[in-house]
Amino acid sequence: MAKVTAAIVGSGNIGTDLLYKLLRSDLIEPRWMIGIDPASEGLARASRLGVEASAEGVDWLLSRPELPEIVFEATSAYVHVRNAPRYREAGIKAVDLTPAARGPYVVPPVNLAEHYEQPNVNMVTCGGQATIPIVHAVNRVAPVEYAEIVATVSSASAGPGTRQNIDEFTRTTAKAIEVVGGAERGKAIIILNPAEPPLMMKDTVFCSLPDDADEEKVAASIEEMVTEVAGYVPGYHLRSEPQFDVIDGRRRVATFLEVEGAGDFLPPYAGNLDIMTAAAARVGDQIARDLLDTASAAGTAAGETEGES
Amino acid sequence: MPFSDSLDVRITDTSLRDGSHAKRHRFTVADVTAIVGALDAAGMPVIEVAHGDGLGGSSYNYGFSAVDERELIAAAVETARNARIACLMLPGLGTKDDIKAVHDIGASIVRVATHCTEADISEQHFGLARDLGLETVGFLMMAHTSEPEALAGQARIMADAGCQCVYVVDSAGAMILEDASDRVAAVVAELGDDAQVGFHGHENLSLSLANTILAVRAGAVQADGSTRRFGAGSGNTSCEAMAAVFERLGIRTGLDVLAMIDAAEDVVRPVMDDECVLDRMSLIMGYAGVYSSFLKHAYRAAERYDVSGAEILLRCGENKLVGGQEDQIIQIAAELAAEAAR
Repeated sequence: MAKVTAAIVGSGNIGTDLLYKLLRSDLIEPRWMIGIDPASEGLARASRLGVEASAEGVDWLLSRPELPEIVFEATSAYVHVRNAPRYREAGIKAVDLTPAARGPYVVPPVNLAEHYEQPNVNMVTCGGQATIPIVHAVNRVAPVEYAEIVATVSSASAGPGTRQNIDEFTRTTAKAIEVVGGAERGKAIIILNPAEPPLMMKDTVFCSLPDDADEEKVAASIEEMVTEVAGYVPGYHLRSEPQFDVIDGRRRVATFLEVEGAGDFLPPYAGNLDIMTAAAARVGDQIARDLLDTASAAGTAAGETEGES
Repeated sequence: MPFSDSLDVRITDTSLRDGSHAKRHRFTVADVTAIVGALDAAGMPVIEVAHGDGLGGSSYNYGFSAVDERELIAAAVETARNARIACLMLPGLGTKDDIKAVHDIGASIVRVATHCTEADISEQHFGLARDLGLETVGFLMMAHTSEPEALAGQARIMADAGCQCVYVVDSAGAMILEDASDRVAAVVAELGDDAQVGFHGHENLSLSLANTILAVRAGAVQADGSTRRFGAGSGNTSCEAMAAVFERLGIRTGLDVLAMIDAAEDVVRPVMDDECVLDRMSLIMGYAGVYSSFLKHAYRAAERYDVSGAEILLRCGENKLVGGQEDQIIQIAAELAAEAAR
């Protein structure tokens, strides 16, 4: 079957890990890997894997006679803000893994169906991908007034982008907890832990509960959601049953998660990067399916016209 | 080199910030007004006020504040006649917006804290604080887990980002004498004239004042304490004891010893729920190298899950938790309860 062509822009850890995932896709052919550093390990790997690699940036990509149908941006917010209008003008769908947020936030099990037709979608943050499904899972059975998440990642898996812009993580994640997760108020906390060997990514999700919330329903909804996320992030799992408690006279549920990475390019402890690339690949597949369906519908229509003439 | 012409060491009282842990973040405006008034009158040069986990700390994970910290900080600014008001913030929890807000309220010093290997997450915050004209202090927390040279390298990152004084922070109260002075000496050697060095101790191994004296002899010119030791774990270095001991040692702090002793007994103690004592739990924190703020959370989780608080703390140490990972205390307690049920 024909596949949809894609380019990965950004040849760092995220871009390279994403390449391995796209190479396994039945719907996407990652044909180009774009960087700006000729010595980049990611570009060298892409070449070895038979993907056309260039260190000449987006200008090079957009000057090809054939353009990709989807671009995955794994650079920085600053770069994506500049690139986004160029992709749009060229009619290329953009899946944005930076915090630029030019398009709507997408967390696949929550709102992918709503947004996959948009020209540009944003993948929030690693902590958001890990925790917002749970906020949504609680909110769909018991309205969440306040949700708070704590993401702990190993120091080794936090790159310079995250470190120099740590406020961006807390702000973006908190906002997406509200916009996507459905909580009235959101808060996000990120902790870096330098322990050796590096710790797996750990995420804790606290959600307030109304007085009449049904604990069994809440727990079942959370467990169902964990299974759904594990469908595209195999290392995503609960560390214990959801924990219910009363704090200052108000009920809340706490969900303890761990994300073990698939170990594609990055080691398994880097579950924070794995969940980001796995979610982006999931979004890419949905966009690709839509493009293929549209093309085949058009093809069928064209065929009928031909037959009639 | 002394702190200034008139002070050899500048003391910061942190009872209204570190003490917030012991008070389970239930400070009122009246508590702040009373403590700031008494300490200011006793010559305390800097008083820190914030949620125990720093600006923005009010949360499920760390405990909700009874009164918005910004109200408390405003009350402190209004009450203090000479003392400067400081606020702590931890990148990853608080943001630059918090720094702007407390600057607008009238705080004069921002103290940016990171785990001792993660100094580079503080660069933007120091930059902003300096742009706003705030005095800056950097906190390298859980410093007992880093070797002196590694710690000095992290101190350099903070100083280059605009930090004017880097503190060696013994968050777990785990340092024993030379552990403190060796680290301070290494940071002093690295920073030279570029930034000052400070020391923040906890009493979990009963050594906070001794460690502070050695830190000062190794070149620290700022030191933290809490009046009546009102802080996390078994509390911080006693400010009133520091005032007395430093006077005897001929080290100028500007504190009025008798006024400090009275403030501790008559003003601070009545605000405290309990004395901060060296009991089983806090001694284990020092012994196992556990972040002092975990204490009250471990008590609560032990009660909720009917497991041993001491075992929770030991497992926190084994799991190499860092400051901020209070959520994991609940997970560990649930785990211990599940193990006991098997």
